[in-house]
Amino acid sequence: MSDLWAVRNIDVVLELLREHIYLSLVPTVLGLLLALPIGLAVREHRRARALVVTGAAIAFTIPSLALLVIVPAIIGTSIIDPINLVIALTVYSVSLQVRTVLESLDAVSPQVLEAATAVGFSGTKRTVLVDLPLTIPVLAAGTRVVAVTNVALVSVGAVLGVGALGELFTRGYQRDYPEQILTGIVMIMLLAAVYDRAIALIGRALTPWTRADGGGRRRMARLAKQTGLGQLEEDVDAR
Amino acid sequence: MLADALAFLADGSNWVGPTGILVRLWQHLGYSALAVLIGAVLAIPVGLLIGHTGRGEGFVVGIANTVRALPSLGLMTLLVLLMGTGLLPPIIALVALAIPPLLAGAYSGVSNVDRATVDAARSFGMTENQVLMRVEVPNAAPLLVGGVRGATLQVVSTATIAAFVNLGGLGRYIFDGLAVRDYGRVMVGALLVTLLALALDALLARAVRASRPGAGLNRVRDSRVLAEIDRRAQV
Repeated sequence: MSDLWAVRNIDVVLELLREHIYLSLVPTVLGLLLALPIGLAVREHRRARALVVTGAAIAFTIPSLALLVIVPAIIGTSIIDPINLVIALTVYSVSLQVRTVLESLDAVSPQVLEAATAVGFSGTKRTVLVDLPLTIPVLAAGTRVVAVTNVALVSVGAVLGVGALGELFTRGYQRDYPEQILTGIVMIMLLAAVYDRAIALIGRALTPWTRADGGGRRRMARLAKQTGLGQLEEDVDAR
Repeated sequence: MLADALAFLADGSNWVGPTGILVRLWQHLGYSALAVLIGAVLAIPVGLLIGHTGRGEGFVVGIANTVRALPSLGLMTLLVLLMGTGLLPPIIALVALAIPPLLAGAYSGVSNVDRATVDAARSFGMTENQVLMRVEVPNAAPLLVGGVRGATLQVVSTATIAAFVNLGGLGRYIFDGLAVRDYGRVMVGALLVTLLALALDALLARAVRASRPGAGLNRVRDSRVLAEIDRRAQV
């Protein structure tokens, strides 16, 4: 075990891992936080929506290495500034997530929305309490894809000197040391797997109504009691 | 930086010669085409088979998830150290990228064909082979070509990184520029590869539309045939 490069250089690996988590997590979170309001704002406006969807498709077509070079030229930062990577990955994340947000909003059944309106939800209240919770399963799936993609893309920054674990590739390549590169690949794939599971679990935890386990049913029972529907149900049962 | 890049692009002498833009563009397209072609030969038959039989769907999802997390730069550098420099290591890394979208396109294309259509074809007495090739594949064409579009985009983007392991292509401008801190030249590479990706994507988007059953090349033009279809398919 102690012969492994990763074990002998655990300090270096952990420092790069910490950097990798920062560089991949920030764009993933920002992507979701920006895509939600954008998606909600344009979903009812056909022109704006088409514009946003086309823009997102074009942004996603720009090769990552090219975007890493173009961003500093536009905002005037140094080409080796990590902020370029954060911005470039945020652009990709937003582009991917906007489509997911729009598709998941489209998928909410019109009957549910009519029912929500009928029981008195209106405007923003309906959006926050009915539309958004129902999009969580699709959004969680989209966020998993984005998080995993970001973890892999961060390493491209290594050729500019800001690739976190990806720097194990450039350093290992220059030193002709395959084990160092392999360490980077394994760490990146592990991190991606952890993100993937974690987001899936968060998505499940936020949508108790999608599964018929004890927790969800208890919550429904409590809700029923609060709203007085529980009494009604008991009456029906008694009859 | 941008001005330097535009000046470089405006100078005709930078476009010709053994390290000119045209040669780099041609190399970039060559690597990409080779990788997508090998990927297609490997992935499309498997995808069609999985879609047709409905067996092995977990395999498609598993491959897609694994490869999405696989860092291309890492795979490329590792393969070069293990196999030596040359065309093979970067091409293998690019093929790995091309496989998931091609596999997913072929699989989802075939499995999304209307089951009633497939059953109708069987009830005519078509063999499984005929069902696949004459009914499922033509109906799956848009998603199949969509897979080629996705794979091409990934490969063309990532072929830029192949210049890091001493290959040609448009990535050369980026890495040569970085080596001598000539950021104008870096920008040349970034702009050219972006334009190439956008152009190819637009072209393949047209190909997806043209491949729809009953559209583009497949359109029925003969007015007598159209009239006959209308007569027989009255609703």
